[in-house]
Amino acid sequence: MTAAAPAVEVEGVAVAFGETKALDGVDLTVAPGTVQGLLGPNGAGKTTLVRVLATLLRHDAGSARVFGCDVVRDATRVRALIGLAGQYAAVDGTLTGRENLEMVGRLYRLRGPEAKRRAAEALERLGLTEAADRVVRGYSGGMRRRLDLGASLVGRPRLLILDEPTTGLDPQTRNDVWSFIRELVEGGTTVLLTTQYLDEADNLAGHIVVIDNGKVIANGTPRELKARMGSDVLELHLADAATLQRTADALRGIGSGEPSIDASDRRITLPVHQGAADLMSAVRRLDELGIVPSDLSLRQPSLDDVFLALTGHGTAVEEPEPAVTGRRPRRGAAT
Amino acid sequence: MSAPGQDALPPARLPVSAVFTDAVVIARRNLLMILRTPQLLVFSTIQPVMFVLLFRYVFGGAIHVPGTNYANFLLPGVFVQTVVFGGTAAAVALASDLNAGIIDRFRSLPMARSAVLAGRTAADAVRNVFVIALMVIVGYAVGFRFEGGFVDAVGAMAIALLFGYTFSWFFALIGLLVRNPETAQVAGFVPLFPLVFASSIFVPTQSMPSWLRAFAEHQPISKVATAVRGLCLGTATTSEVVVALLWIVGMLIVFAPLATWRYRKG
Repeated sequence: MTAAAPAVEVEGVAVAFGETKALDGVDLTVAPGTVQGLLGPNGAGKTTLVRVLATLLRHDAGSARVFGCDVVRDATRVRALIGLAGQYAAVDGTLTGRENLEMVGRLYRLRGPEAKRRAAEALERLGLTEAADRVVRGYSGGMRRRLDLGASLVGRPRLLILDEPTTGLDPQTRNDVWSFIRELVEGGTTVLLTTQYLDEADNLAGHIVVIDNGKVIANGTPRELKARMGSDVLELHLADAATLQRTADALRGIGSGEPSIDASDRRITLPVHQGAADLMSAVRRLDELGIVPSDLSLRQPSLDDVFLALTGHGTAVEEPEPAVTGRRPRRGAAT
Repeated sequence: MSAPGQDALPPARLPVSAVFTDAVVIARRNLLMILRTPQLLVFSTIQPVMFVLLFRYVFGGAIHVPGTNYANFLLPGVFVQTVVFGGTAAAVALASDLNAGIIDRFRSLPMARSAVLAGRTAADAVRNVFVIALMVIVGYAVGFRFEGGFVDAVGAMAIALLFGYTFSWFFALIGLLVRNPETAQVAGFVPLFPLVFASSIFVPTQSMPSWLRAFAEHQPISKVATAVRGLCLGTATTSEVVVALLWIVGMLIVFAPLATWRYRKG
């Protein structure tokens, strides 16, 4: 391998499930030792990309390489370089935590004693030492998830692929997972992280790619993405969804961009540059029309605003998923 | 647990021994699962025991078999039936692993691609050894005896186990195709019922109508049951054994690559 090989190099990757284009020409480059966030709503194609990189799914067009190794032609090497932790905790309920990790260690081609040592190490780091010799069936959801993360680490992967690692976790466990990921990155591991949570990407990722409908719609650091939103964001909440459109129309022309409507939250956001002046103009217009928002505020832009501005819907929008995902969530196109 | 040196790439190919060593890891896992869900083992062995009791004592009196007593006719058939029905567990287990994401984990590891199925079927074969041993004990309790020599008896067990092994591959394929544990259970039994009951396992085929008899005498389960029975009674002909072995090898050549292909495809 050359020193210059990126950890991940994806060029024009496309995957179709029948008529549904899960990925439609995605490009992505991840530098070694960084955390790359992959952000998008349900059904955007995040998991499909993860499955391509983890050699679980063959792409129809384009190329994908991990540390210079092609995921199709050099799949065995790629598998030895990566660790994968999925949305569903893929651990074996009838085995103990330790047995699970030792088994994975053996399958990473480690010798028995080394597999044992690394399993113990991973259990220790994830705070599972006490539960190590209990059968996983009795674990809580958070413990299972930590064990799944542990299983992805026993091979000491250079690239750790985490597919929504904290979805459904309680805040405490979520924080634990976050600090754990930070430690790994300090140790030199490259992390590719998919998430629906903007704060997660904001907290962990140095670079973010936003995908929607199988396409990359934005790419940059969290700071760059937020800078697109102007210096401040004016946010209105309305009690009545019927007035959303009328309110947005009224606000057009104020601020530095178009108002975005998030119908599910009955919310309108507007990027502004002159916070106080724009706020006063907005209040005057709404007053003329007799519109009284239930909440009105001026704040720093978040990635959520970026997302809303880019996709026209918030991250919490329930989208109809592509047909292929409904029946077989494990098959590939889930997100 | 820091990342390894950035200079060296892992080997591009797995060692040739990987299929074997990985299959042992997987087989060990599957055997642990069997040991830790004893209720599954208990119920899957109660079923053939009930078949033995039912046929030996309820139907057996009305069934006349040429040349031997009914227990000697029935038990070799039950050996075959037991390993064949037992194979459905492979379909259910693989479908469960697929659903739980465990197969995805295995497929993302640098392990031999055929090892998951090889380990699964090997574990089933080990389980079948115990189940068959139990059935021999039950058989001796209801009047069955090995009438041939020791070599014949071992040969009978070996053929039954090999046949069970080929069926494990068939059921592995079913499990990978249907992908749902409950469906796998049912889907496995559908092709089995006509094969097991329209056969020479429980009754001689002479009493069946001619069209059914033609099927029952030539289908693989009957052929294998005939060879196992012949070896148990010490009356087996070479051609009976050869035909059974040809079916076993033939089915293995078809189903093992098909199941492996389906597994690779994901």
